[in-house]
Amino acid sequence: MAKKFELNEVEVWDGNMAAAHALRQAQVDIVAAYPITPSTPIVQNYSKFLADGYVDGEFIMVESEHSAMSGCVAASAAGVRAATATSSQGFALMVEVLYQASGMRLPIVLTVVNRALAAPLNVNGDHSDMYLGRDAGWINLCSYNPQEAYDLTLMAFKIGEDPNVRLPVMVHQDGFICSHTAQNVRPLQDEEAAEFVGEYKPVNTMLDVANPVTHGVQTEEDWHFEHKARQHHDLMNSFDTIKKVFNEFKERTGREYDLVYTYKMDDADVAIFALGTTVESARIAADQMREKGIKAGVVSLRVLRPFPFKEVAKALENVKAVAAMDRSAPGGTFGALFNEVSATMLAHGKSPVMLNYIYGLGGRDTTIDMLKEVYEDLDKCAKAGKAVVPLQQFLGLRGPKLSFY
Amino acid sequence: MVKKIKNLKELSLSNDRFEGANLMCPGCSHNIIVREVLNATDDPVIVATATGCLEVCTAVYPKTSWDVSWIHIGFENAAVAAATVSAAYEVMKKKGKLPPATQKMVDEGKEPKIVAFAGDGGTYDIGFQSLSGAFERGHNFMYVCLDNEVYANTGGQRSSSTPIGASTTTSPAGSVSYGEKMMKKSMVEIMADHGAPYVAQVSPSKWKDLIKKVQKGFEVYGPVYINAQSACTTEWKHAPEDTIEVSDLGVESCVWPLYEIINERDEHGIIYSTKLNITYRPKNKIPVEEYLAAQPRFRHLFKPENRHIIDLWQKAVDTRWEYLQRREEAGV
Ligand SMILES: Cc1ncc(C[n+]2csc(CCOP(=O)(O)OP(=O)(O)O)c2C)c(N)n1
Ligand code: SF4
Repeated sequence: MAKKFELNEVEVWDGNMAAAHALRQAQVDIVAAYPITPSTPIVQNYSKFLADGYVDGEFIMVESEHSAMSGCVAASAAGVRAATATSSQGFALMVEVLYQASGMRLPIVLTVVNRALAAPLNVNGDHSDMYLGRDAGWINLCSYNPQEAYDLTLMAFKIGEDPNVRLPVMVHQDGFICSHTAQNVRPLQDEEAAEFVGEYKPVNTMLDVANPVTHGVQTEEDWHFEHKARQHHDLMNSFDTIKKVFNEFKERTGREYDLVYTYKMDDADVAIFALGTTVESARIAADQMREKGIKAGVVSLRVLRPFPFKEVAKALENVKAVAAMDRSAPGGTFGALFNEVSATMLAHGKSPVMLNYIYGLGGRDTTIDMLKEVYEDLDKCAKAGKAVVPLQQFLGLRGPKLSFY
Repeated sequence: MVKKIKNLKELSLSNDRFEGANLMCPGCSHNIIVREVLNATDDPVIVATATGCLEVCTAVYPKTSWDVSWIHIGFENAAVAAATVSAAYEVMKKKGKLPPATQKMVDEGKEPKIVAFAGDGGTYDIGFQSLSGAFERGHNFMYVCLDNEVYANTGGQRSSSTPIGASTTTSPAGSVSYGEKMMKKSMVEIMADHGAPYVAQVSPSKWKDLIKKVQKGFEVYGPVYINAQSACTTEWKHAPEDTIEVSDLGVESCVWPLYEIINERDEHGIIYSTKLNITYRPKNKIPVEEYLAAQPRFRHLFKPENRHIIDLWQKAVDTRWEYLQRREEAGV
């Protein structure tokens, strides 16, 4: 039996420590991992917990991220609780296996500490890796600070392992800004966390020698389509379980989570739509704009996949202009978030002015003043009833302004 | 518990873990090897396979040829898959959380045997990193390479196991080329140098030798590597009924020497002794030419302008045979 970790009511943890404690409290049986900045401390903390007897499972320090995720897939298929953490290049190396994990319906938990993708090589935070993996068939949860990284990681196990879901779950947090910034975190005590997460009840385990199972078969055109449709169906239906788990968590801790998080949206004319640590800055910018008489609000996602299209449409139904903020290089089109939010609005028969801001690449600081500039652009468009600024702008770039469309 | 096998008939009859009813070509050695390996033990077996002929021909939904737990993840991760299943087994055993039927078998003294099967492409090339990592970490599992010296499933491209002179789709023989330019990588020694407690080379034609080695491998704790010669009717281009004969020519000519390397080591991987045993010594070592002549993939080597490659082959095989004998004599 693992030793109990004595926790204070309030701990000062950074996002990595918060995630590591969540993995410890979930008593993950196998963590197979490979180090990469900025997620390295998660696996370091985890191995220290193991060395000190606070975890009962096994930590396998594999030779690559490809093997880390492959190990998680095999362990999960064997019937144990498996988790890992990574960032950026490591995440990119895992991509092939991410699809295997979701296609085999294995509830692995992956903490992604978001970071830019090379080249140029950069260790700092942006959301390039988050967008690279968003179509891999995983549930994607987004946290904005260490408390949320902790809460959502605990919830990730419960969501993914639910018999109606049986899918892997990623929990994102911003590199350095969240992962390396210590804040007050209110943890659950070990027994309480274990009781919340619950015991893992695997299905079709390879270790049951009386009931052999075949994992990872080949299907061609006669079956592949049905399998993928079923997977999509269950992913789309996972909203119910996600909401149920969010509610249970609220009952236990008082901390409220929702698919979409809105701030001052009841009467907003203009809205910033953002993910990650920028959400908190945007709220401050919105408050300051409201002092100037501009009805500003913020919308953010707690769940990137499945994409909560109804809630997004509802949150934005009365706004005149929206700025979708993409913290990743757009690669020859509008940003990924912009495309999704625009499509959602169009599908619901709404057409606010949609602007796309590319910002914060490779860890570039995004200040409250910059976000206020965005609100000012939005205000101009809202008043004009059409786009009077370029549709896509790079925010906070040195030198001449860069804009497209 | 070593299973006693009296004769070939008994061996072939005892198998209900891997169905011969699958999509592999007639005469494919992969089938024969897998059956021989799975039949070497009565203990439960759990299998991981890499992408390749074996995988695509034996688990096409909604059917499966496997009556053991089986997983396929990707081309390059059969080793880490088997290694992690093994780790998962150990964790669950320690925690007392094994499924009841498995726990019962363990109480009766039977431990599941965890085996990875992969082709030479999945072993010598793309899967080498995960294989090396899993062996270095010392997981308790057996890795069997079905070495047909070619990427068969994608239509016969060269791999780093393809021997010199073979014509493949990416090292084709032509008017100015005799085919593959490099001699094959010596995987057995590479894996033995990882400190694996047991490493062996086998051929399905010498089935008793193969079974004995697999049984030895199952008896030791730690990663075991078995390099299995796997004649491929489609890419070696011999007739299906000649598979075993072609395999035997490989053994009798010492192109495919049968030997084992035993590393005595502790749980930290500290090696106290290394011993190489040749397990089959041909009475009359036949010329390499006879082996090459039996396979149309080498047909072009018999043209006058390519004869020197056959000489090179003979020299390489003789040198290697000499090396193995000397190592055996020296006990290292
Ligand atoms: C990452 C990746 N690259 C390439 C492939 C394509 N591929 C599938 S099977 C195969 C060849 C398998 O050859 P080998 O390992 O020698 O096994 P064999 O089919 O000969 O038994 C290749 C190249 C793949 N499945 N995955
Ligand atoms: S191509 Fe070769 S290895 Fe593949 S199934 Fe046919 S004979 Fe076997």
